[in-house]
Amino acid sequence: MQSLSDSFLLAISLVFSGDQNLWEIVALSLQVSLSATVLACIVGLPVGALVAMARFRGRGVLLTLMNALMGLPPVVVGLLVYLHLSRSGPMGFLGLLYTPTAMIIAQTILIAPIIAALSRQVLQDLNAEYADQFHSFSLTRGQAGRALLWDGRFALMTVALAGFGRAIAEVGAVMIVGGNIDHLTRVMTTAIALETSKGDLALALALGIILLFLAMSVNAAVQALQQSAGRWAHG
Amino acid sequence: MKRNPWFATVTVTVALASVASAQDRSILVQSTTSTANSGLYEYVLPMFENATGITVNVVAVGTGQAIRNAQNCDGDVLLVHAKAAEEKFVADGYGTKRTDLMYNDFIIVGPAEDPAKIRGAADAKTALAQIAEARALFASRGDDSGTYKKERALWQAAGIDPSGASGDWYRETGSGMGATLNAGIGMGAYVMTDRATWISFANKQDYTVQFDDDPALFNQYGVIPVNPARCPDVNGTAAQAFTDWLTSSAGQNAIAAYKLADQQLFFPNAPKE
Repeated sequence: MQSLSDSFLLAISLVFSGDQNLWEIVALSLQVSLSATVLACIVGLPVGALVAMARFRGRGVLLTLMNALMGLPPVVVGLLVYLHLSRSGPMGFLGLLYTPTAMIIAQTILIAPIIAALSRQVLQDLNAEYADQFHSFSLTRGQAGRALLWDGRFALMTVALAGFGRAIAEVGAVMIVGGNIDHLTRVMTTAIALETSKGDLALALALGIILLFLAMSVNAAVQALQQSAGRWAHG
Repeated sequence: MKRNPWFATVTVTVALASVASAQDRSILVQSTTSTANSGLYEYVLPMFENATGITVNVVAVGTGQAIRNAQNCDGDVLLVHAKAAEEKFVADGYGTKRTDLMYNDFIIVGPAEDPAKIRGAADAKTALAQIAEARALFASRGDDSGTYKKERALWQAAGIDPSGASGDWYRETGSGMGATLNAGIGMGAYVMTDRATWISFANKQDYTVQFDDDPALFNQYGVIPVNPARCPDVNGTAAQAFTDWLTSSAGQNAIAAYKLADQQLFFPNAPKE
């Protein structure tokens, strides 16, 4: 049985060996999951803001649905995207299956509900504070929504990080729509699954440790951005 | 209202990945896992790519899923190991022609103490009967793979239906070969696997081959180009070129030359032209 420290040493030696394959996989993981996070924010944040401000019939049901969709199983998302992008599916003519684009689509669908539901909660609290001011300035809903998103930007960065964390960590969806093709669609999580299936548990764990550091770096970068922007704003 | 620089910068940095596949000079192989996990492709594919300039991408899944993906036209070549299912694939019009490619054999691995004493059993069905008799743990793929189909056929030959013991001593993992080996070894169960996967498997612990060498454990791999008449988007020319190369003396020699731990993993047996 390999020990955790063996894997830790292996992870360090992998990082410093300049292994071309490893960096290719790391780069693709970041490319796919960051793209998905940005796309999911573009879709999810306006939805979150809109639902945070609006009052309409069936809102409670919609909130339940949005919150429930945060628990979308990645395998199910992968299957749905596969069925659409398959050559025999409705969007097969695009030829997107087994490409990074398909993986971005799947992860976007997976995390857009997380971004929408969490930002809705953040912005609804903020809206309760600002509602009177918005009213007195007689802002349109679009202006008020933009004001909310801007004032809530630091909390929303954390929301985006939650989405990114889900995307970079999932394996079920990218395995199905990406196919774990060497030098084309292999990312950290599918590489970990592959090494596990080969019984190379030490290497699998080492890749897991690198993935963890990758996620930590992205989080640290956003945190640094939050702090410097915060200082600037309150200068 | 102040402009929102953060969202503006983010929106312009969105860059979708380019569509890297679907080029004339690349094909996609829907493959069983053993050929991929054992490193065979990494050894033979560069030879084909150098000879022809055609890039080969491999999706490695269980035989059942590989066949279904190919039926959905999501692949140019099918390379699996379940002869009856492959022949049906061709008969149903999904593939142009099935060709024998290579073979190896299945083995039953188990813990060193061999609780059902199957080492030296007369044949595979006797070994399985002994496992059932001893109610020794047996981890099955429990999926639609070539290995699972073979295993069920052997149980049938032994006159035993292990389904009744499912969850008891018969454990169906519903996973790939590697995952099933990990699970089986973790619980001390016998596992039937193809020899290539076993030789390349790194988490053997105290497990050894407890039963092998029975003609019933023969494991034939076949290769089939997906039918362009059925799937207009497949790269039929390149798929045929790949199949022809694999079954040519160049491809067959490459397969025979691949060794891991000083052992030959696959034995070419394509019909001579």
